Amino acid sequence: MFQHDRLSNEITLLQKIKSLDYILLISVILLSALSVLVMYSTDGGEILFHTKNHLVKLTVFFPLMILIAFFNIKFWHNFSYIIYIIVMLLLIYVSFFGIKSSGSQRWMDLYLFVLQPSELMKVAIIMCLAKYYHRLKIENVNSFTSITIVLSIIIIPIIFVIAQPDLGTSILIALSGLIILWLGGMKIKYFIYSFITFLISLPFIISFLKPYQKLRILTFLDPDRDPLGAGYQIIQSKIAIGSGGLNGKGFLKGTQSYLDFLPEKHTDFIFTLFSEEFGFIGSVGLLILYSIIIFRIVRIGAISRSNFARLFCFGYAFAIFIYIVVNLSMVLGLLPIVGSPLPVMSYGGSSMLATMIGFGIVLSAKINHKQMIA
Amino acid sequence: MIKSNSGIRKTDVINRRMFIIGAAKVVVFVGIVARLFSLQINENKKYLTLSDKNRIREWKLPPTRGNIVDYFGNVIAGNLKVYQLHIIPEQVENFNYLLVRLKNLLNLSDKRIARIQKLKAELKPWDSIIVSENLSWSQFVKINNYLYDLVGVKPVMTISRNYPFDDVYTHVLGYVSQPNEQEILENETIQERFVPGMKIGKLGLEKRLENHLIGTNAIQRYEVNAYGKRINQLEHQKGEQGSKIRLTVDTEIQKACGKLLNEKAGSISVMDIYTGDIIAMYSSPSYDPNLFLFGISQDEWQLIRNNPLKPLINKTLSGLYSPGSTIKPIVALSALENNVIDTKFKVKCTGKMELYGQTFHCWKEKGHGWVSLKNAMKQSCDTYFYQVARLLGVDRLNITAENFGLGKKVLGEYFDNEKKGLFPNTKWKKNNLGKGWVLGETLITGIGQGYTQTTPLQLCMMTAQIANGGYAIKPKIIVDSNPISYEDAKQSMESGLLFDTDSEELLDKKLFKNQKNIKIVQEAMFASTNERFGTSYKSRIDDPKYQFAGKTGTAQVKRISKRERELDLELEQIPYKDRDHALYVAYGPYVNPRYALSIIVEHGGSGSKAAAPIAKKLFKLIVDRHELRNKQSNFERITI
Repeated sequence: MFQHDRLSNEITLLQKIKSLDYILLISVILLSALSVLVMYSTDGGEILFHTKNHLVKLTVFFPLMILIAFFNIKFWHNFSYIIYIIVMLLLIYVSFFGIKSSGSQRWMDLYLFVLQPSELMKVAIIMCLAKYYHRLKIENVNSFTSITIVLSIIIIPIIFVIAQPDLGTSILIALSGLIILWLGGMKIKYFIYSFITFLISLPFIISFLKPYQKLRILTFLDPDRDPLGAGYQIIQSKIAIGSGGLNGKGFLKGTQSYLDFLPEKHTDFIFTLFSEEFGFIGSVGLLILYSIIIFRIVRIGAISRSNFARLFCFGYAFAIFIYIVVNLSMVLGLLPIVGSPLPVMSYGGSSMLATMIGFGIVLSAKINHKQMIA
Repeated sequence: MIKSNSGIRKTDVINRRMFIIGAAKVVVFVGIVARLFSLQINENKKYLTLSDKNRIREWKLPPTRGNIVDYFGNVIAGNLKVYQLHIIPEQVENFNYLLVRLKNLLNLSDKRIARIQKLKAELKPWDSIIVSENLSWSQFVKINNYLYDLVGVKPVMTISRNYPFDDVYTHVLGYVSQPNEQEILENETIQERFVPGMKIGKLGLEKRLENHLIGTNAIQRYEVNAYGKRINQLEHQKGEQGSKIRLTVDTEIQKACGKLLNEKAGSISVMDIYTGDIIAMYSSPSYDPNLFLFGISQDEWQLIRNNPLKPLINKTLSGLYSPGSTIKPIVALSALENNVIDTKFKVKCTGKMELYGQTFHCWKEKGHGWVSLKNAMKQSCDTYFYQVARLLGVDRLNITAENFGLGKKVLGEYFDNEKKGLFPNTKWKKNNLGKGWVLGETLITGIGQGYTQTTPLQLCMMTAQIANGGYAIKPKIIVDSNPISYEDAKQSMESGLLFDTDSEELLDKKLFKNQKNIKIVQEAMFASTNERFGTSYKSRIDDPKYQFAGKTGTAQVKRISKRERELDLELEQIPYKDRDHALYVAYGPYVNPRYALSIIVEHGGSGSKAAAPIAKKLFKLIVDRHELRNKQSNFERITI
């Protein structure tokens, strides 16, 4: 074991660069390039505010990802709890001193950009739980203490995120956490029981929802009940996607977005614009690109020697998958509207930062896949 | 080793569970692709339509009204390019400054400025505000000169109704103006084609023929954004101008009528005695319909409304007058037809006639002595006609009068404001006044006073039907799809049958029992104008080309008291309102007559002095225009 440690320490920078996962890297670069093009389209075919900012964020966060990759996976393992606690503290800070915008308090001003800690929590919770299960003995996975601990790890940040309020992110954090519990070996019957309990208690949960959240669910069930109000977003989104057809209307020719019929086209509804302009072929292409990314992450997890790296990669791959599914289901009218960005594509610094950090750790796992962690 | 075993077991668990998740992922992604497929491929058409519906907005432009032309093709209601000034608020940098500049340039009133401010608050910033609907050319040039300083101002050229002959045709054509809510709701065609700024017919033929004249909207398709702002124009679909309508009227004669009645209240109607074509139909005074196009000012409106000569009333169709002596040809004809009198029948006129203690005066106090029909008509002897009416009875007279068109609308459905007038009989009085007929009333009916009320057009038609030999005609003012020529009309009349284009059957248009009686009346009317002592002898034209026959009439407005009769006041000494109406009906040329006319001068005094001289001036023109009109008859056939 000691030998392995020494081995890994001897990896030079050149070796590190060589052993980066290039399929993943190229896919991420492709996705980034695509996101810049789409952002350019949302600006009406000009390099304006959104395109510039998006480009700046990419040029800052992409090197950050590489930098993270060059740290040994062991380092990230060691700092997992601390990172979780830092992000947790940021969440607490935000809930008291955060910037308020359109009725919710989730941001903190970092002078250069505005940070949304709940986005970081989406990655931090995976790291934290991956480390916990890495260290936990398989026999103790279903013990009362361990279940209490992991549930606390998940529930505490969610309380703060829901209070912001931000239902979408809290659901994504919960799902990211739960997947590690699942992978860690928690009994399947617990999942089934809690799912049943969840279904039964759903009416009670709904009664606790804010009026606008209830409205979103009602609107999802029947978008035409208020086509100019609550149902407007989803109706316009479906029109944009549906009118795209097989080949799309062409780059910069999406009438729905160009003429401002699409709400939130920079952020949550970015796929709508993409799909309108590039059609079914483009949309499926984008999904394939995402699938490649997810598949590569899973593969890196599978070749990793340490269970931390394995759990992180599998968990993160699932998280990316869930982000995509929730976002696409929302714009396709399959789920109620919950605020959830499309990874890399959507405009938004914190989301991109979190995604790039995640990719960085995955790449670090790739470079150090032979690394054992005690 | 235990630890490593545990580690391996853990790895197995992780891998197994990952496999389950992986399978789930594939299923979910396939589901999403399926949804994409259903939206983008299966329902593509539906969503494309919805997307177009979102982005394409149609703007209807006001349709261009059809022209109305006279018989010779002169446009009497046309369209004119007008210059308008629009403001597009979102392009304006400093709205208040702009208003001050425009106020100085165009002399806008404070009220107008306030109205613009109000419009600005109500409309979307990209909707244009109409500052001025009708700029003069000099104003338009001025604005264009200062355009660099007037950011957000748009000079616009558009089309507006125009009446080139100003007030000449007002009572025939009516005018157009902006519709009110009820007018839009009442007419489906207007409702469908309505756009703000559009004008519709408010009166006369403009109103009656609205659906023919209106035209179709030009349509502009624009791409708009989510807030309704126009982004770019996609298409311009031209509208069709409304149908062209040709009238039977002759502008030269119509204009002459206007001049002859200048500053008088009255009416002149001229009609073709065979085809029923109305050659002229002028009601005086008139007013300028162009004033109404862009909203008439309060001052101008008050001036028209308060004019004591009542320009708003179409006297030709809605003015009801006692026919006075102009009824005498009908009384004579009725008596002849009913064999009550013959040409040898004579009455001694002593200037008055006593009946049951009541005295009935002849206009000539000294009396006419023994008079026959011809002389009675010529000198308009009242006593003779009292006597004839007494012998004839009002009911038989009523039948003849109604046969000749009195008490009925002449143009029927064309004008809302046409009145049908009244020719009384005993039954009418019983039903409407609840009293029995008194013989004295028969006497005054015989000289066109009493209950009888006629419109000038009715008198014109009555005269035309006497002139054409006693055949019914159907007066019209619009040249229809199948205009009957004068020759055909005359021929079919003389053969006693006429093909009616409306009911498509041959009708007996004969209004007489014995054509000799018509001839007698015609000769009597000729004598009245062309023989010495005739009431309109002074207005005769000796040239047989223009020679005409007629009958004067003087309608009392109020009962003449004994004292007034003794005073025998001159016209100028009587208050305007109490003066008699002057009437004259005539037809000519006497040989081969073609046209009939009726003239009424309200409070003009006697028919022979005020009305007959107008006929003399007019007849020359009417006959001179005759040849031109004949040449023009097949000018153009328009289907409406």
